[in-house]
Amino acid sequence: MSPEPRLVEIRKNVLKQNDLIARSLRERFRRARVFVVSLVSSPGSGKTEFLEKTLTLLQPRYRVAALVGDLATENDAERLARSHAPVKQITTGTLCHLEAAMVQKALEDWDLNRLDFLFIENVGNLVCPSSYDLGEDLRLVLLSVTEGEDKPLKYPTIFNSADVAIVTKIDLAAAVEFDWHLALSNIQAVRPGMLTFKLSAKSMQGMEEYLEFLAMRLVELRSAVCSSCK
Amino acid sequence: MHELSIAMSIVEVAQEEAEQRGIQVNAVHLRLGALAGVVKESLLSCYEMACGDTPLEGSRLVIEDVPVVVFCPACQTRRSLSSTQLFCCAECGTPTPQVLEGKELEVVALEIEG
Repeated sequence: MSPEPRLVEIRKNVLKQNDLIARSLRERFRRARVFVVSLVSSPGSGKTEFLEKTLTLLQPRYRVAALVGDLATENDAERLARSHAPVKQITTGTLCHLEAAMVQKALEDWDLNRLDFLFIENVGNLVCPSSYDLGEDLRLVLLSVTEGEDKPLKYPTIFNSADVAIVTKIDLAAAVEFDWHLALSNIQAVRPGMLTFKLSAKSMQGMEEYLEFLAMRLVELRSAVCSSCK
Repeated sequence: MHELSIAMSIVEVAQEEAEQRGIQVNAVHLRLGALAGVVKESLLSCYEMACGDTPLEGSRLVIEDVPVVVFCPACQTRRSLSSTQLFCCAECGTPTPQVLEGKELEVVALEIEG
C-alpha cells in the first residue's frame, strides 16, 4: 500500500519577484516626485499617437519622458522622438508584456529627479499586461471606437487592473457608428465608477480635459509626498 | 500568452521551498483567481514544459479556482459575482468595484509522499 500523500503548506505569491521590483520602483518614483502613467491597449488602438500628443502638449509646462515596450521594432520610439521628449524603447522580443525588471533596467541610468511625468507604453495586448505591476501611479486602458463597444466585456481583467479608461479616435465615431452610451455602460459593468475620457489625439477633441486631469494628479502626488516627509 | 513565464515562476517558487525543506515534491497546489489574467488550461500544459530538467519533473499542478468575491456597499458584506462581466452584488444588484478575492496567483501547498 502506498503511503497517503502529505501536504506541506506554504503561501507564496507566484509573481513575488515582479511585485518586489515594482515596489522598489514605486519607492524610487515617489522619492523623485515623478508621476508615472502606464498605457495598455490592444494593438492598433492609437496608443502611440495618443502618447505622442500627450508628450508634445505637456512639454511646454512639464518635464516629460517615455518608455515604450514593443515586440520587435523601434518604430514607436522613432515616432515619439518627434515630440522631442526623451524616449527609450524596450524591445521585449517574443514577450507579450512588460515586467517590472525591464522597466528597472531601462531606467538604470536615468535621473528621475529631472522629470515631472514618466509614461510607460506597454506592448499592445489586453491580456498579459494585467498580471504585472510596473510600479506606476496610474494605469490607463485605451479603447478605440473602431474596436467596438464590447471590448470591456471581453477583457474584464485588464479593465479591473486599470485605473482610468480612455476611449480614443472619437473623431471616427460617426463613421463606425460607435455607441458611446453602450461603451460606457460596458465599462461601468466590469468596473463600476471607472473614470472614463473620450478623446481624439488627431482632432484634439477631449485632450485638454484629460491633460488637466493628469496635471491635477501630479499636484496631488506632490502634496501627498510633502506631507509624508514632514 | 504569458502562461509559460508564469509556469516557470511557479516551478521556481516550489523548487526554492522544496530545497529549503529537503523534500521531494509530487504536486504543487495553486490558488488561481478568476481575475489573475491567467488561462488555466494553458497554464497546465505550460507547467509540464516548465518542469523539464528540474527536480520537479513529473510533478503535477493542482489548481484551485478562486471566484471573484466583492464587497457590497449596500449589504455591507462579502458577495460573489454572477459573472466577471457584471460587477454588482449577486443579491441586491448594487454595482461595486471593491474586489476582495479573485486576483490570487499563489502557491499554497506542496504535496509530498507521507
